[in-house]
Amino acid sequence: MASETAHSSPPQTFFEEVMANTPGGEALRLCLQCGTCGGSCPSGEDMDYSPRRIFAMVEANMKDKVLRSNTAWYCVSCYYCMERCPQEIPVTDFMYTLKRMAVAEGLYQGSDAPDWSKTFIGMVEQFGRSFELGLATRYHLTHHPLGKIGLGSFALDMLRRDRLALTPNSIKNMSQLRAILTKAKELGGAQ
Amino acid sequence: MKYAYYPGCSLERSAASYHTSTMAVAGELGLAFQEIPDWNCCGATEYFSLNLLPAYSLVARNLALVPDDLSELAAPCSACYVNLKKTDKYMHKYPKLGAQVNEALAAGGLQYKAGRLKVRHLLDIMVNDVGYQTIAEHVSKPLSGLRVAPYYGCLIVRPDGGFDNPEQPTSLDRLLRALGAEVIDYPLKAQCCGGHMTQITANVAYELIRRLLQNAADYKADLIACLCPMCQLNLDAYQGKVNSHFGTDYNLPVLYFTQLMALAFGLSGDAVGLGSEIVSSAAALAKIGLEVPKPEAKPKRPDKQALPMPTMPDQEA
Repeated sequence: MASETAHSSPPQTFFEEVMANTPGGEALRLCLQCGTCGGSCPSGEDMDYSPRRIFAMVEANMKDKVLRSNTAWYCVSCYYCMERCPQEIPVTDFMYTLKRMAVAEGLYQGSDAPDWSKTFIGMVEQFGRSFELGLATRYHLTHHPLGKIGLGSFALDMLRRDRLALTPNSIKNMSQLRAILTKAKELGGAQ
Repeated sequence: MKYAYYPGCSLERSAASYHTSTMAVAGELGLAFQEIPDWNCCGATEYFSLNLLPAYSLVARNLALVPDDLSELAAPCSACYVNLKKTDKYMHKYPKLGAQVNEALAAGGLQYKAGRLKVRHLLDIMVNDVGYQTIAEHVSKPLSGLRVAPYYGCLIVRPDGGFDNPEQPTSLDRLLRALGAEVIDYPLKAQCCGGHMTQITANVAYELIRRLLQNAADYKADLIACLCPMCQLNLDAYQGKVNSHFGTDYNLPVLYFTQLMALAFGLSGDAVGLGSEIVSSAAALAKIGLEVPKPEAKPKRPDKQALPMPTMPDQEA
């Protein structure tokens, strides 16, 4: 796992594990619980726990509750929290860490968000570039086969304006990209 | 001035008008953009949610593929920009991460020395390398009387700000003013468009989009100028869904700032992909005497295919 911690000993607690899995993660020890992160969050009101609260729960090693919550999955990566944090804690990076840990532990339930990420990355690992129509079709047919009738008019609007590719556009040197990603996965362990 | 250029996946199709207008404007201003050979996707926000080291390695392959004689890398998409910039920064700031990324790159015969490239957003290049004065000098058809809401979104100014203020950016305001537009100053100009939430938890995204549209409408904007394909897609292509969700009737066209630059420079709407927006800009641009081409009547489809369906390469005829 790529981490930059002051200590070389393996993490003992959930709190230490979360820090070890995050570049610059040791900064979490400096959290003041001031709530600037939560107050700045555009989707905070829809989260099970605000970012401030989630950090308190991480420090209290409430692993199960933290990784089952929707908090990290409702993060929109706008970086307001990270910009404003008086302790320069990389809040957004921690949200990514919690998502990775929830996926690895299979704990997060009740949302399709992890599958969206997996489908997206599946396309990238296959072609080297994203493929919007294939991604949307595969994901929505799996998750909302009946609820996405509206998607048809959306796709047609985009197609009429030539804004959706019907076939994926692959990079030339896929074998090189695969070799890099395979090596990275090997070095990075399960996450 | 010559830059390496990373278009990103969106500019290949869904945001093709951003690419076309960027190239058109670059031609007028004497900027040279050299596309990175065989670049790959930046992983958007998705790969970091699944797998840390592969995520940074995916981005780093693009940095490593930039030819040695180029030292600055231009990215028009804000999400690509932040991933490229952050990867370069983190590889330097966290040497262990940097070493591991390079070990992964080495499996593909590549290396990247963190800090070698200066990653820059297209807007940064326009306002700081070209400059407002030069831009104003190229204007032959000023956008006078057009009320434009400059929309920055998140990732061009956060994290780290860089070339503009992370909370109250003004560079796009000043650029649009140099084009002769009447620029409105509205409070939400650097708030989030919802990003990928339109796909995952649409209600959350619709509310974020509604706030932005409402705020621009409150200040009586004729159109919104944006600088990121994700923002454009959410504000433009989902505007109808937002309207049906909330019972509103927003009708705000969303164009790329480079399209507005091109129009002010006297280039034709056809040349810069005007008409590819879902919410038509025709009425807004008619205010300043510009005509917008109609979208193509027929979509381009492979032969013998009744419905537009995605195909994989091995299924192609």
